Amino acid sequence: MDMGSYIVKRILLAIPLLFVISFITFVLINLSPLDPAVVVLQAQEVPQITDELIAQTNEALGFDKPFVIQYVNWLMACMQFDFGSSYVSGEPVWSLIGPAFLNTLKLTLVSSVFIIGFSILLGVICAMREGKVVDKSVRGLSFVLTAMPSYWLAAIMIWTFSVKLDLLPTSGMDSLKSYILPVIVITVSYTGIYFRTVRSSMLSNMNEDYVLYGRASGLSERKVTLHILRNSLQVAVSIFCMAIPIVLGSTVVIENVFAWPGLGRLSVRSILNRDFPIIQAYVLILAVTFVLFNTISDVINAAMNPRLRKDL
Amino acid sequence: MRLLRNLSKDKLAMTSLAVIVVIVAVGVFAPLCAPHDPEEVNMKLRYASSSWSYWLGNDHLGRCVLSRLIYGIRPSVLWVMVALMISVLVGAVVGFIAGYFKGKADAWIMRLCDVMLSFPGYVMTLAVVGILGAGLEHILIAFVVMKWAWFARVIRTSVMQFSEMEYVKFAKASGIGSFRIITKHIIPVTFADVAVIASGSMCSMMLQISGLSFLGLGIQAPHAEWGMMLNETREVMFSRPELMLAPGLAIVIVVSAFNFLSDALQVALDPKLMTSTSQGKLRKKEVGKAVYEYSRG
Repeated sequence: MDMGSYIVKRILLAIPLLFVISFITFVLINLSPLDPAVVVLQAQEVPQITDELIAQTNEALGFDKPFVIQYVNWLMACMQFDFGSSYVSGEPVWSLIGPAFLNTLKLTLVSSVFIIGFSILLGVICAMREGKVVDKSVRGLSFVLTAMPSYWLAAIMIWTFSVKLDLLPTSGMDSLKSYILPVIVITVSYTGIYFRTVRSSMLSNMNEDYVLYGRASGLSERKVTLHILRNSLQVAVSIFCMAIPIVLGSTVVIENVFAWPGLGRLSVRSILNRDFPIIQAYVLILAVTFVLFNTISDVINAAMNPRLRKDL
Repeated sequence: MRLLRNLSKDKLAMTSLAVIVVIVAVGVFAPLCAPHDPEEVNMKLRYASSSWSYWLGNDHLGRCVLSRLIYGIRPSVLWVMVALMISVLVGAVVGFIAGYFKGKADAWIMRLCDVMLSFPGYVMTLAVVGILGAGLEHILIAFVVMKWAWFARVIRTSVMQFSEMEYVKFAKASGIGSFRIITKHIIPVTFADVAVIASGSMCSMMLQISGLSFLGLGIQAPHAEWGMMLNETREVMFSRPELMLAPGLAIVIVVSAFNFLSDALQVALDPKLMTSTSQGKLRKKEVGKAVYEYSRG
């Protein structure tokens, strides 16, 4: 199969998945034990909720229509980036979630660059020195570092660098300096996981026949290592592609500690306020991003390794 | 059990296992181990430093920090384990059906798993908490809803591998029923894979549950939970940073223990079975993938 038709086929496969995801996201809100109209009225701090008021709200927001029609209407609107309006403030959801998404994306991308860089560096070093002191200590340290709750690490960092040494801002997103602490915390949390992937794929490649053959035919050790690295990075690429949406979805705690004006902070606030349209949009946007990156990683992998194109 | 024999040679793994066993025991027998009532407020002892009767001092309401740590084991560790066991159980039943009977059941179950796995775990947990409201039990429900699919997939792959083994084929040919084959021959060998992923996922679940409690979405006051205790120290972070140490270290110690255990289990898994056949390789890949995804779901 050539690359073009692979890409088309892979995208076609992702479309039904996107529909299922949108449906689940929509159903989720309807699973709530609360009447949405009551939630809206409570969020708007209406003092007395009467049956009449509930009926009015239901009509205004279309909750009285049949379920399928509600879903189709919602889906059509979502495709035009119209996620409804916030129950609490009445603002359009997109105007809240759009900028927040960009802020989280910035944080995620900067962190991902560091995560990928350090993972490859540490993974290669550990694989080359497998079983030696360096390998054992880096791995041991990584287990302890990944065991740290990120908010705890963040608090320690804030206390040290912002309070004691007064070098960096404690919170907010004002200058480049504000990136330093959150990026360090995210990088520490994730590098410990992803460098192990690089290390284990290096190790499994070292046992392949082509390495033995290369050595036997007199290739220099450096060249052999480069070959191993190139093949191991193939596995790593797909894992890193998946890392970006995972980091994107789990900056929630970090954002709340550092008061980063991103998706995580918005979503927690919406959960506490029961602002369903924002929660819905949040879940939908992240799930779609997840599928998107999944598809991209498959395409990149297939481009590097033609054998994979047959599987589809 | 080759897995346990391999494991018993690893000192670090045995230490981790010992730490986990002790913590679980202390959590189960919390009323016997805790020196004070964890919810007893004593405003005279606000922020008191450690003393003979309050080893770790007192918090902002004068409650005994040590007792709260001990009672905190229950939601932070024990309930997470319960949620994990339920997900393993659901995943195992579904995975066995898919892997052993194959065909249509397999195709549908795997499609469903793919859908479940296409939702980022953390986001789904937040979504469920968002719909049902804050609370420990809602997070635990979200965990089960999200995690069973991983177990189902991995268990399916290993069941497929082992049901092709000669001795299982022999058992089938000699007329032994499916149920007996599954319980006698397949469950014991797939147990190893499950142990690896389960110990790895314990780490991510514990970190998540403490993180959500830290944000106020998990367990509600006045109950003790490690993440919650850290949240309570946040207000006095600058004046009394030492209060963050005890609950933070508790989390680091237990999660590290599970990290080391998971790694050791992975090494102790029979290496020959993992690389000799193509299905073995697939199984290795599935287990490895699940562990990485899980490490911080």
